[in-house]
Amino acid sequence: MSPSHPYMANSAEGSRNALLEAIGVSDPDELFRQIPADHRSDDAIVPSAGIRSEFELRRMLEDRLRGVASTDSHVSFLGGGYWKHHIPALCDEIAARPEISTSVWGTPSSDHGRNQAWFEFTSQVGALVDLEFVGLPVYSWGCAAGHALRMAARLTGRSVVVIPAGLDRERRLVIETYCGYRELDGSLSIREVALDAATGTVSLAALADVLDDTVAAVYVETPNSWGVIEADIARIIDAAHAVGAEAIVGVDPISLGIMASPASFGADIVVGSLQPLGIPLNAGGGVGGFIASRDEERYARQFPTLQVSIAPTIREGERAFGMTLFGQSSYGARELGNDWTGNSVYLWAVRAAIYLALLGPQGMRELATTVVGNARRAAALIAEVPGVSVRYADGIFKEFIVDFSDTGLSVARINAALFARGILGGHDLSGTGEGLEGCALYCVTEVTSESDVRRLITALEEVVAS
Amino acid sequence: MSTIRRYHAASWDEPVIYELGAPGRRGVVPPSSWAPAADDLIPADLRRAADPDLPELAEYEVRRHYTHLSQQTMGMMGISLFGTCTMKHNPTLNEQITSRPEVAAVHPRQDPSTYQGLLGIVHSLEEELRNLSGMSAFSFQPGGGADAAYLHTVITRAYFASKGELAQRRQIITTAQAHPCNPATAKAAGFEVITLPIEEDGYPSVEALRAVVGPHTAALMLNNPDDMGIYNPHITEFIDAVHDAGGLAFYDSANFNGVMTRLRARDLGFDACMYMLHKTFGVPKGGNGPSVGAYGCSEELARFLPGPRVVKDGETYDLIEPENSVGRVREFLGNVQQLVKAYSWTRAMGTDGLREAADLSVLANNYMEKQLMAIPGVTMSFPGKALPRLEMTRYSLEEYTAETGVTGHDVQNRMTDFGIDAFWTSHEPAFIPEPFTPEAGEMWSKEDLDEWIAVLAHVLEEGRRDPELVRTAPHNQVVAQIDGSGLDDPDTWAVTWAAYRRKSASRQSVGS
Repeated sequence: MSPSHPYMANSAEGSRNALLEAIGVSDPDELFRQIPADHRSDDAIVPSAGIRSEFELRRMLEDRLRGVASTDSHVSFLGGGYWKHHIPALCDEIAARPEISTSVWGTPSSDHGRNQAWFEFTSQVGALVDLEFVGLPVYSWGCAAGHALRMAARLTGRSVVVIPAGLDRERRLVIETYCGYRELDGSLSIREVALDAATGTVSLAALADVLDDTVAAVYVETPNSWGVIEADIARIIDAAHAVGAEAIVGVDPISLGIMASPASFGADIVVGSLQPLGIPLNAGGGVGGFIASRDEERYARQFPTLQVSIAPTIREGERAFGMTLFGQSSYGARELGNDWTGNSVYLWAVRAAIYLALLGPQGMRELATTVVGNARRAAALIAEVPGVSVRYADGIFKEFIVDFSDTGLSVARINAALFARGILGGHDLSGTGEGLEGCALYCVTEVTSESDVRRLITALEEVVAS
Repeated sequence: MSTIRRYHAASWDEPVIYELGAPGRRGVVPPSSWAPAADDLIPADLRRAADPDLPELAEYEVRRHYTHLSQQTMGMMGISLFGTCTMKHNPTLNEQITSRPEVAAVHPRQDPSTYQGLLGIVHSLEEELRNLSGMSAFSFQPGGGADAAYLHTVITRAYFASKGELAQRRQIITTAQAHPCNPATAKAAGFEVITLPIEEDGYPSVEALRAVVGPHTAALMLNNPDDMGIYNPHITEFIDAVHDAGGLAFYDSANFNGVMTRLRARDLGFDACMYMLHKTFGVPKGGNGPSVGAYGCSEELARFLPGPRVVKDGETYDLIEPENSVGRVREFLGNVQQLVKAYSWTRAMGTDGLREAADLSVLANNYMEKQLMAIPGVTMSFPGKALPRLEMTRYSLEEYTAETGVTGHDVQNRMTDFGIDAFWTSHEPAFIPEPFTPEAGEMWSKEDLDEWIAVLAHVLEEGRRDPELVRTAPHNQVVAQIDGSGLDDPDTWAVTWAAYRRKSASRQSVGS
C-alpha cells in the first residue's frame, strides 16, 4: 500500500475509513451515481503514479530546468515592455507569506490586512499617475489598454479608436482582440496614427488626419514602443479632446519617478504595466496592468475592475476596506456588467505596494534618473561601434532602437553571437513593417552596469568585424 | 462534537502606510548612474513638478507594516471551505522552484532555444491536461477562468467568421447557474446572451434548450456539475442539440475537482473546456491571482488558439503561431510560473492521486452534508434531488433567518471569530435564499471539517440565544464589521488615500 499522500490529510486510511463509515458507504464510487455510466471516461486516461517524495519531485523539476538561460545568468538587454529591474528582497518575503499567497475571498474583517495592502497599492499608483480612482489589477498592460478603450467607447457612444503604429506587437494583438469583430455588436474599429520616422514620436499632422467626431479614444504611450518619450503629449491629448474623444495614455510607472504624469496634461485614463514594480519576469508571467482615472462618477461607473474603498466599521473611529461598485462588475451584473472580471494578478498588487513603499518619492526619482542616465550613456557608447547606430537618442528613457543594418548582419545572427558571449541582445524588430529591418530594441536599466555595456560593445565589435 | 477553539486575530490597529514614516526616510537606495551627471535628460516641461506622494519609511518599517498586514489576513491560516474556489494545498516546494532564476528571471523575448527546459515543462503540462480532458491542444494564455471563458468567445467569433456565419450566429446560450463570467464574456465579445432557467431537478431542461437553439446559436457555455453539486445527466443531449444547430459547446470545468479522472470533456462531446490551475491544480490563489485558465479545445479549433504555443519538434521545443490564431487575449505564454507549479502538482499527484483527490473531496462533501443536515435551521438546495451530491452542496439558512432574523452574512461574520474564514454564498443570481456553499475538498482533514461544522452549529445556536451577538459580529477579528453604506456613493467612496483625504476634509469643512 502506498503511503498517504502529503497533500491530502484524509488519504490516511483511518481518516478515510472514518468518513466512509460515517455516511455508511463502503466504496467512494457509490457517491458518483449521478453520473450516467456512459459519460465516464475511466478507461481513456493514461495512468501515471504520483511522486509522493518531495525530494524526488524536486530533483525531477530541477533536472528539467537545468541549462535554462536567464537574465540572471546572462547580461540582458531585452526589453520591449518587460523590463529587468531590481526586485527588493522584501517583495519576495511578503509575497511568499502564506496568508498573502494562499488567500482568496475573505470578509472585510478577516482579510483586512490584504485588503489594506490592495488599498495602499491603488493609492500609490494613484500618486504616481496623479489620479484618484484606480482599479485593482487586470491581467496585463495590453488588457488594461483594451479595457480602457472599451470604457471610452461606452463613455462617448463612439466606436473608433486611434492607436499608434509601431505599438508593441503583443500589446497590439491584445487590443485587437478586445476591439472585437465588425459583425457583432459593440465592436470597435482601429485607426492607426503613424509615428514620425524623423522623431520616433506620434506625428501631430498624421493624428489630425485620423481624428473626427467618430473617434472614441486616442491611445498613446510615453515612452512609446520605440523607447521614445512623446515630447508633444500635451498636444496629443488636446487634439483628442478637441474632437470629443477620451485621451488614454499608457506609461511605464518607473518613468513617473521623474516625468510628469500624463494626467497633468489632461489625460482622462492612464494605464500601464505593473511588471517593473517588484515583479519577476517569469518568462512573461510577471505582468499585470492598471487602469486609473479621475475620481469622477462618469469614469468610475465604467470601470470593469473590482476596487477597494476605505470605509468605516460599526465601531466608532475604526476603518476597514470593502469593495466599491461591486454590483457593476460582472460578478454582480453578469452580462449587464462592464466587460468582465475574475481572478487576475492581485498578488502583484501586494508586491507593487511594497516596492513603492520601499522606494518612496526619492527612490523613484533617483531610480528614474539612473535609468535614463544609464540608457542615454549606453546608447551613446553603442552608437560608436562601427556600422551601428542608435535612433532617436534624444528621446530615450530606457529603451532604444539600435540599427545594425549597416553591418550587413542580421539581428538574429548578431544575437546568436552575443548569446555565445553570455549576452542576451535586444529583441529583433525586423519584419514589423515599420521600416526597422536590421534593428533591435535594447533596454538598459539601473541593473545594467557600465561593465555590462562595455562587455556588449566588445562583443559587438568582434561580431561586426568578423 | 469537536471543541470550539478560542481564537482572536492579531490586531495591530495598523495605520495606512501614508500615516507611517517621516520625510526623508527610505527603504531602498537604487544604484547611482554610472553615466556622467546631466540634469537635462528629460525636457523641463515633461518633468514632474513635485515628487510623487509616496510614503517614506525605512526598510524595517516597511517590513513590519506589511508583516502586520499579513498577520491581519486570515487567508488559509484558519479553515477555509470557500466553495466554488476549491481550496487546495499549495506545496512550498513549488514556490521555491519557481523562485529560481530558471523560471523567475527568464525574459519572454528570449530565443526559445535558451529556455528549453521551461518550455518542456509547459509542454508536459499540456500533455497532462490533454490526457485528462481528451482535448487536442491547450492554451495557457488566459489569465484566469474568466479570461478562458473570454478566449472561448473570441475563438467562437473567429471560428464562425472563418465560415462566413458570424453575422448570423449572434447568440450564446448559458444557464442560470453558470458562473457570471460566462454570460459576461459572451456579451463583451459582442454576442447576445440567452440564459436557461433551472428546473425543479436542479438543472435546465433539454426542452428549454431546444426552444432557443437554432441557426443563430454560436455556442453553449456551462459548467457541470454545477455549484450545487448537481450533475446534469442530459448534458450529452445538450451538446448534441447545439452541434445539430451548428454551434460550439464549451465546458467550464470550474467544478472539475470532484470528477477528475472520471469525466473527459472531449469524450462528452464538448469542443472546448477550461481548467483553473489556480484552484483545481494546486496553484496558490494569491488573493485573486496570478491565476491561469487553461483552455483546451478540439483539433478543429486548435488552429484558432492564441500564439505563442509550445510545440515539440523531435527533442526541441519551439513557439509557434497557430494558422488562424485569434492573436492574443494577453501577452506571451501566460503566467508561466504558475504552469510550473501546476505541473509539479500533477506529477506529485499522478492520475492515481487525482482519482483519490476526487474521491476524497466527494466523500468529504457527503460527510459534511450528513452532519450539516442534522443541524436545525439548515436546509439544502433541491432536497431529495440528485443525491448524493458531488464535491459541493449548496445549503440555505432561509428557515433559520426567518426564525431568528440572523442572516447568512451575519453567520459568516461570526464564524470568522472562531478562525473559520468566510464561506461562499452563491454566484448571482442567488436563487436559493440565504445560501451558503462550503466545499470540503481533499486537503482538509476530518478534524478540520468537524471543527468547521461545530463552529457553524455553535454560531447558529448563539443566534437563537443572542441574535445581537451574531448580528454585530465579528468581535474577535482585526476590525469590526464594515459599514458598507457609503461604498457606492461617489461622495464617500475612496479607492485611494488621496481621495479619502480630500473627501474627509470636505466633510469636515461642511461640518465645521
